[in-house]
Amino acid sequence: MRWRYIKQHAFFAIVRLAAFSIAAAIGAFLVYILVNGIGAISWEFLSEHPRESMTKGGIMPAILGTFYLTAGAIIIALPLGVASAIYLSEYAKQGPVIRIIRVGVNCLAGVPSIVFGLFGLGLFVVFLQFGSCILSGALTLGFLILPTIIGASEEALKSVPQTFREASLGLGVSKWQTILRIVLPNALPGILTGSILGVGRAAGETAPIMFTAAAFFTAKLPSSIFDEVMALPYHVYVLATAGTYIEETRPLQYGTVLVLVALVLGVDLIAIIIRSYIRKKKRW
Amino acid sequence: MRTNDSIIQTKQVNFFYGTFKALIDVTMDFEKNKVTALIGPSGCGKSTLLRLLNRMNDLIDGTRVEGEVIFEGTNIYDTGIDPVDIRRRIGMVFQKPNPFPKTIFDNITYGPKLNGVRSKDAQETLVQQSLEQASLWEEVKDILNRSAMTLSGGQQQRLCIARALAMRPDVLLMDEPTSALDPISTAKIEELIAELKRNYTIIIVTHNMQQAARVSDYTGFFYLGKLIEFNPTEKLFTKPDEKQTEEYITGRFG
Repeated sequence: MRWRYIKQHAFFAIVRLAAFSIAAAIGAFLVYILVNGIGAISWEFLSEHPRESMTKGGIMPAILGTFYLTAGAIIIALPLGVASAIYLSEYAKQGPVIRIIRVGVNCLAGVPSIVFGLFGLGLFVVFLQFGSCILSGALTLGFLILPTIIGASEEALKSVPQTFREASLGLGVSKWQTILRIVLPNALPGILTGSILGVGRAAGETAPIMFTAAAFFTAKLPSSIFDEVMALPYHVYVLATAGTYIEETRPLQYGTVLVLVALVLGVDLIAIIIRSYIRKKKRW
Repeated sequence: MRTNDSIIQTKQVNFFYGTFKALIDVTMDFEKNKVTALIGPSGCGKSTLLRLLNRMNDLIDGTRVEGEVIFEGTNIYDTGIDPVDIRRRIGMVFQKPNPFPKTIFDNITYGPKLNGVRSKDAQETLVQQSLEQASLWEEVKDILNRSAMTLSGGQQQRLCIARALAMRPDVLLMDEPTSALDPISTAKIEELIAELKRNYTIIIVTHNMQQAARVSDYTGFFYLGKLIEFNPTEKLFTKPDEKQTEEYITGRFG
């Protein structure tokens, strides 16, 4: 009896340790970036172009570039992903074909991001002759986050009670109208927040945009979707590996990383707040 | 049993969930402007039959129907019949109240709007009429813009009835409409059923035999997928033809 009691306590201690160590790792990581990066942050850093071979000045073009690429990726992937999810969970007769599509989607989620980069280079940059530009990068990132969006959308669609569908169909409303007017509006908050949480991945990826959109340095801001842009993750990569002033620009690198992490966490936080607000309001 | 005034007839209907035969050779006539109750123990097929009458079973994968369901002269399972049209004319009220998470007003106008009732005036008239028919108007006339989710369970169920009535159906199918409600709400719904049969044909599935005896004109007793007995309610509950019916209504099984 006593022995069992000790075993139980030992087990609880282990699982508790596992949970706390994760929190500690994340905390340490954030603190480290904050301590090293905060010195670089200033209004000039956030609002100016880089100067003197990117050893001075700001990262505004990279912030803007990351914003364009991420927004573009969502604009492309959201309709496509939501449409696929509607087909998969509302329309398609469950069977082998659907299972293959689902396996495909899951495989897509596991593909290394550099492969997406090469795929984007081959298809959008070279074959379709878009060149290295916002459009190519956004398309590539869009494909990268597609599985996340499909997953979040399917989850959200499934969470809409079956009784709503029955009520609508029972009134002699067609399946399409039922999806459009009952299922989708009730799933939308879940779709959006789930997708936004997945967006962090798109904003932080370097490999997919390296060949398709990101520029080492641009003197001017992009004027169309066919221009190259700077981007935060690629900027860090360049400063940390390719420059001649790697050591001198360390503070800038940390500052850029801090901005990137803050942006991603900020967006996640907004999504989480919206979601909890909607959950509280939901009454079924 | 055959009457001249029938609105729906089933003819030798068999129904399968996969390989399981849930209904066996059911032939029935539902009379217009009457209340017909379907009773029987759980799993006897009464709800399956109800959902078959407006093709709600179509929504379940792997089901199959044999035989005919004639509604005003046409078999609703004929190819070329759109189940959407059938469901407009044969409305349904479900076991658990299931209003949409919209306002009371929008719950009622949801179906009609999609059927071309666009003008605000027409919608307002329709909302008032439907809610009056469902004896809910007095309780909600000042809160039409409040979410339907804030109503009590009994009010929600009457809202669902009003929502079905707003489509101006000919037949109203009710699948254990009071099983999730308290006795007072149940009594209100039963009163309502008595009112509604003047204008509508009602077919109601119920687990509650007293309810069947109170509200219905005809009662069908189902057991293991078969229609055992179908008679005027008074006869079925006092002098049933079948021994199984008698055993069930006297509580010896089920």
